[in-house]
Amino acid sequence: MIAYILRRLLYAVPILIGVNLLTFALFFVLNSPDQMARMHLGEKRVTPEAITNWKQEHGYDKPLLFNESASGLARVTDTIFFERSVRLFAFDFGSSDDGRDIGYDISQRMWPSLAIAVPVLLVGLALNISLALFIVFFRATYLDIGAVVLLVAMLSISGLFYIIGGQYLLSKIFHLVPISGYDTGVEAWKFLVLPVIVGVIGGVGSGVRWYRTLFLEEVSKDYVRTARAKGLTERRVLFRHVLGNALIPILTGVVVVLPLLFMGSLITESFFGIPGLGSYTIDAINNQDFAIVRAMVFLGAVLYILGLILTDISYTLVDPRVRLQ
Amino acid sequence: MPLMPVILWTDALVFLLVISAIGFGLYAARHEHLRAPWRRVARSRVGIGTLVVLSFYVLIGLLDTVHFRLPLADQTAGTETSGGTRYGPDFLSLFDAWATPLRERQEKTYSAPFATHLFVKEAITQPDGSVIRDYPRLNYGGRHLKDPTQRGWDILRLTLRGLAEGLIVWGLIAAQVVWSTARRQGIGFMAARDVLLAGGTAFPWRTALGTLAVMLVLGFVAGELALRYHVLGTDKVGEDVFFQALKSIRTGLVIGTLTTLVMLPAAILLGIMAGYFRGWVDDIIQYLYTTLNAIPGVLLIAAAILMLQVYMSNNADQFESLVERADLRLLFLCLILGVTSWTGLCRLLRGEALKLREADYVRASSALGVGHFAILGRHILPNVLHIVMITLVLDFSGLVLAEAVLSYVNIGVDPTMNSWGNMINSARLELARDPMVWWSLTAAFVFMFALVLAANLFADVVRDAFDPRLRGVR
Repeated sequence: MIAYILRRLLYAVPILIGVNLLTFALFFVLNSPDQMARMHLGEKRVTPEAITNWKQEHGYDKPLLFNESASGLARVTDTIFFERSVRLFAFDFGSSDDGRDIGYDISQRMWPSLAIAVPVLLVGLALNISLALFIVFFRATYLDIGAVVLLVAMLSISGLFYIIGGQYLLSKIFHLVPISGYDTGVEAWKFLVLPVIVGVIGGVGSGVRWYRTLFLEEVSKDYVRTARAKGLTERRVLFRHVLGNALIPILTGVVVVLPLLFMGSLITESFFGIPGLGSYTIDAINNQDFAIVRAMVFLGAVLYILGLILTDISYTLVDPRVRLQ
Repeated sequence: MPLMPVILWTDALVFLLVISAIGFGLYAARHEHLRAPWRRVARSRVGIGTLVVLSFYVLIGLLDTVHFRLPLADQTAGTETSGGTRYGPDFLSLFDAWATPLRERQEKTYSAPFATHLFVKEAITQPDGSVIRDYPRLNYGGRHLKDPTQRGWDILRLTLRGLAEGLIVWGLIAAQVVWSTARRQGIGFMAARDVLLAGGTAFPWRTALGTLAVMLVLGFVAGELALRYHVLGTDKVGEDVFFQALKSIRTGLVIGTLTTLVMLPAAILLGIMAGYFRGWVDDIIQYLYTTLNAIPGVLLIAAAILMLQVYMSNNADQFESLVERADLRLLFLCLILGVTSWTGLCRLLRGEALKLREADYVRASSALGVGHFAILGRHILPNVLHIVMITLVLDFSGLVLAEAVLSYVNIGVDPTMNSWGNMINSARLELARDPMVWWSLTAAFVFMFALVLAANLFADVVRDAFDPRLRGVR
């Protein structure tokens, strides 16, 4: 087991290097630091000195890959690639273009993100599974057909609509919760209610539909027929046998996204003004702060790979048929 | 003076898509394993109903894709010439030309749907010289009414006229269908009508004609009303929202289809190569798509679009007009969306090719000395085409929805381009106004919802028709 995890972790290294090279190429080779400086300074004040100053302030004044003026190891380390990209491997994100420490910002802002993402995941999971079981219990009736049509309609509605509709209904008409904002400590809950509700409802369409297919696939299997043949009630068949077996794909599907919960949701957070990592990223995109975007790309890749490894491990834990070699 | 046709990049790709769709249709018609599922789609009531709705969208989208430039009325002005004629700077499409009344009737600012007066108060000079602050009459919406209180009756009259026109056109089409059914089955006209009404034909003509009736009536009523009023109001700069929503159809369709089209060659080639050759080829290709998958899609798109913006602002002189610039950005968005979404298809194709390479006929041809690439082209590719087709249909609705979200974050299509995402984006501040400006947002959501719902239902039918595993369940 440990050997397997170690090997998977080693396998992650070339992928992270690939991600790193790709982002480096995207951010520095296609657009030189000169162009970035010009973009940030705006058209009016662009003098060669201003560009040099800007580059020096933000540490973009070094050569890209190879520093000829330095000596020894510094030839490779005293470059933008090393300073900006290789250091990411040590989770040293450096500072953003307005001088803040990215690593500190991330550690502060991941908590609001989690405060939304975790309840959305848990409540959504409970709700989706119960709804799907309910629909499967009434399968091949008009209730089933109606529910499926409703689900397809729900997943055809843009996520933006749920957010705007929720804000309008709960905040503007009924004045139940604030439209947006955030507070520290326990007071934050009233700001979290609306995003969580919107997040859960927005996920019902696709979630329930997927779980319904999973359950239906299980229902048509032989062991279910055996369970019925030995006289179990339909309720017992569904809850004990079908749910138990369908939990394997459900659980592993959840494990994949667990690490990515840290990243937060871009749209929800920026709509509700939650100071999490999602709105952090959006702000960085809008302010064209490449350092933050790069850090988030790397963080996302790490978390994605972590999710893959966790999925494999969780398979062995819940499904005795799967063995890691 | 002749018109000057203009082909933008996305136009060219859309034409290519149409041609390849026709080509594929002809190919599928001659191969039973592809024809049978499509026949099943054609027999499905949901499939045909949604297809009718989709075809209206596609029609508008295609009309909006044929671009040209009008010759200038004043041939001494302007600098650009082509064959001695001087052309205006605007790129118009067939749809623009057709909807000229909608396009050119610009108000001053917001007005509600069917309004006769502007949404905001202005200083109006009375005939006697005094100035009051009131809601002025619109320049175009409801201008023909002498007395604005008569609006309700006028709308009713126009609706009925549109209804009648729609029904007449529908009646002609329906009569044609009944007549051809009668001739094919060798029965009388009235008998054929009864057969159709009872839903007794293999092709669900009843559903098709029913949906067509709804769409035609909606279209004609909207058309009649739109000539006199702003059916969905006007936006901040006074543009007709109905026109904007219709123009956005092309953007949505382009994103939904071209994205899959541009990623297809890479996904197909790499996918079947990885599955067929295995070994180091497989390793490299798997590494490639795991790496791309590891980058969060939105961030990759954001990074790429940021880079494009930097490039475009530094090389502004390379782009002749705003339209061309917006078009290139749209194409680039499709490309980058394709990069983030091809991995799923690639993995599916790899798995299928892994299975197929063990099939007897593949082993037989390799034993007979057929080359690898001949096998790939002759045996593997035709047998994975159904996966490609399902992916194309399934991805469509997600991409249309993604466009709205991306444009909201400012990393979608160009802000000058008509798109539902841009409409929502510019409308979100209007909700805070009191009274609320709700029509832009509603229009965008409704148009998008209808397209995505139809596409989703259609995709379900297609998937069920192609996936033999699900056939027993339903």
